[in-house]
Amino acid sequence: MTPYQLWTSFYTMLRKDVVRMFRIWVQTFLPSVITSTLYFVVFGTVLGSRIGTMGGVKYMEFVVPGLVMLAIVTTSYANTSFTFFSSKFFARSIDEILVSPTPPWLMIAGFVSGGIVRGVLVGSIVLAVSLFFTGLGISIHSLLIMLGFAVLTSLVFALAGLVNGIYAKSIDGINIVPTFILTPLVYLGGVFYSVHSLPAAWQPVVYINPIFYLINGFRYGFMGVADIPIAVSLAVLAALVVLLVGINWYLIRTGLGLKQ
Amino acid sequence: MDALKIQNVTKTYNNGVVALKNTTLTIPAGDFFALLGPNGAGKTTLIGIASGLVNKTSGSVEVFGYDTDKQTEMAKTQIGLVGQEINFNPFEKPIDIVVNQGGYYGIPRDVAIPRAETLLKDLGLGEKMNDKAMALSGGMKRRLMIARALIHKPKFLILDEPTAGVDVELRRGMWDYLKRLTTDGVTILLTTHYLEEAEQLAKHVAIIRKGEIVANGTMDEILALGKDTYTAGDFNGGRLEQVFIELTK
Repeated sequence: MTPYQLWTSFYTMLRKDVVRMFRIWVQTFLPSVITSTLYFVVFGTVLGSRIGTMGGVKYMEFVVPGLVMLAIVTTSYANTSFTFFSSKFFARSIDEILVSPTPPWLMIAGFVSGGIVRGVLVGSIVLAVSLFFTGLGISIHSLLIMLGFAVLTSLVFALAGLVNGIYAKSIDGINIVPTFILTPLVYLGGVFYSVHSLPAAWQPVVYINPIFYLINGFRYGFMGVADIPIAVSLAVLAALVVLLVGINWYLIRTGLGLKQ
Repeated sequence: MDALKIQNVTKTYNNGVVALKNTTLTIPAGDFFALLGPNGAGKTTLIGIASGLVNKTSGSVEVFGYDTDKQTEMAKTQIGLVGQEINFNPFEKPIDIVVNQGGYYGIPRDVAIPRAETLLKDLGLGEKMNDKAMALSGGMKRRLMIARALIHKPKFLILDEPTAGVDVELRRGMWDYLKRLTTDGVTILLTTHYLEEAEQLAKHVAIIRKGEIVANGTMDEILALGKDTYTAGDFNGGRLEQVFIELTK
């Protein structure tokens, strides 16, 4: 395929997914607004007023980057895992791409880009909701770092969701990972607290959680302070991207979970 | 030039089922070729391997001279596939399904849209192209799959039981359309359980049984195999059906 044909194929996959997510916006965007509103009410307003400050800022402001990141992680993951799984399992419409000359790496790019778009859009919506609860009191230290981590996080979890979507053999298969692995990692990754507030014995456990590095970098973009240097966060993210791209490429290239 | 050249292809599934055993088959360019066999004979597996949906265990496949392992993109570009199962998103519109398929082949929307509209109109779906695909009847869904397979103007069209569940009138309309395609130079590989359909349409026939080609030749050559058992006037489903039953029992 020529570069223009490759672009056309990529654009087709992305456009199809974006059209789908806007067509069913009640399912794709609204739940994050409701969930984040509840979090802001419970953790920010009710409990936050008793906690006071964390990391040198009001608890409500501290928790905003974590909640935005929570929304990005869950939606970008869910988007690719469900989109890929449903096209493989329900209508078998994945055959439309498998019979075409679209190469495996472009398939990965097409599906993952949809996850990135949804992750960043939902993150932006949650951020907009947070402005209401913080009284427009959010300061942004570096817009570039904030946006960069938002996109990178969407990329990592869209890639992880794609691995799940390829491997899953039933609808339960795409629910198990978010329920039993992703959610605990997110909650233990520092959404609601600073790693320094944990007992010393628990702090090393946090460092083996990849989500800690994402939230750390993202929070630095807002507040200019981080638990660890953001270069470390970027390195962990880059390693995850390389690893997950490799796994996805191998799975699609060999047809594991796709071709018999 | 051969449209399809399958050499010594074996396929063993993970569960140990051997679907194809050292199968060799050649389909000349421009041919209307019928691949016949009972359920589970290996027809769909063979088609899946040719079109890139199934991994073969061993052997080689060429499509218009392009090796499907080494020149995968070029080989895939030659093929249009109408699968046995309905495999499109039922929530999408027919026009979007066909245009998106063009996109996967690198055809931009401004080219794909008018081409898709023409194909859908030619196949009698002009008034349905903006309805949801789930609202189409079984026969319409089959025709939509044909339109989708033709959007990139393939030289080789593979149809895996395209008329299953389609009423007689629509089936005949599809036959006429397929005949026109061969007149335009498109090579067609058809699998069907309607043997009179194959007898009417195909120039060459291969019969596959338990993963092995048991007969392969022109329609006349295959029909000649059953001359002794054919009794005109009796209910026998036609000459090809007699041969088929003899060779596959």
